[in-house]
Amino acid sequence: MEKRKYMNPYLAGVLLGLVLLSAMFFSGRGLGASGGIKYAVVAIVGAVDHQHAMETPYYSKYFENGESPLKNWLALEVFGMVLGGFISGALAHRLKFKVEKSPKISNKKRLLFAFLGGVFFVYGAQLARGCTSGAALSGMAVFSVAGFVTMIAIFGSAYLFAWFFRKLWI
Amino acid sequence: MGPLSIISGFPEWLNLLIAFLIGIGFGFALEQAGFSSSRKLAGMFYGYDTTVLKVFFTAAIVALVGSQLLSFFGLLNLKLVYVNPYYINSAIIGGVIMGAGFIMGGYCPGTGISALSIGKIDAMIFMAGGMVGAFLFAETYPFIETLAMDNFKGAMRIDEWMGVSPGVFTLILIIAAVALFWIAELAEKKFSRADITNDI
Repeated sequence: MEKRKYMNPYLAGVLLGLVLLSAMFFSGRGLGASGGIKYAVVAIVGAVDHQHAMETPYYSKYFENGESPLKNWLALEVFGMVLGGFISGALAHRLKFKVEKSPKISNKKRLLFAFLGGVFFVYGAQLARGCTSGAALSGMAVFSVAGFVTMIAIFGSAYLFAWFFRKLWI
Repeated sequence: MGPLSIISGFPEWLNLLIAFLIGIGFGFALEQAGFSSSRKLAGMFYGYDTTVLKVFFTAAIVALVGSQLLSFFGLLNLKLVYVNPYYINSAIIGGVIMGAGFIMGGYCPGTGISALSIGKIDAMIFMAGGMVGAFLFAETYPFIETLAMDNFKGAMRIDEWMGVSPGVFTLILIIAAVALFWIAELAEKKFSRADITNDI
């Protein structure tokens, strides 16, 4: 079946803004994504090497209340994101297993840089206490200086490095 | 009056259910916007597709204006809404590391989840890398703790920092966004890459 077109970007922005506003209205907080990844890692480390998790302050604080680190607002929100994205993709006939890349590079190269990009992005997000969603977008919506500074740093840095990685994309 | 979960003292299960439902909306909006495509996202940095800027600023302004309207009509107590704390060093250095990850991987964590949910294998690998990144952070945290905690400024607000009212700041941001949208539309024409945009 023919793929449906993406939503008009300004309309999609209004929709995303309303979702963010709902998070503020219902739960008194913004959206997030990298935090959900962190909770997954904390849960895995806790399951694989419980002693190490208990001895490392960075992990142990998430086990203090005796419940699973996945029983958490951000973790549940990320589960919802996967379902929401799947519903959207199904409605638009975009569900398909594929490696998305420029025809000029190999699958192997694309996947290697995708992996490295993930390592860098989430490491940086842990340091900055949030990613594009949790720090930049949600921060900007509550007048947080941290939100604006993080947004400028992310996009400024990506523009700065864009020339070096241009062969991956154009 | 909001935030509902705080003021009405929602039980934990209800707050988690709300998180799940908001996540569905979040994932749906990102996928509809086309953020499940790394080549579309990367267009932001080469000028051929500026959807990221349009969606991002429109969403921030809708939430900024919407929350102030709700507060004005007494429906939302903004003092109870979380404001991200500002640690100067870690916000800048963390942001720069994220930007490098963005251009290498083509996704950010939220868009990576969106792309993974429709079957993009590169996004699954990106997320696997992300989990390794979070693990490395946790393991190296003792060495970078000083950096992470340096120059702490509290929950600093930009309108107060600039010495203007929230309304005036919002107006400035809207004007800036409209100017950026105008530049973005010009850039899409100048750096147009039909071979890429027709493919995504």
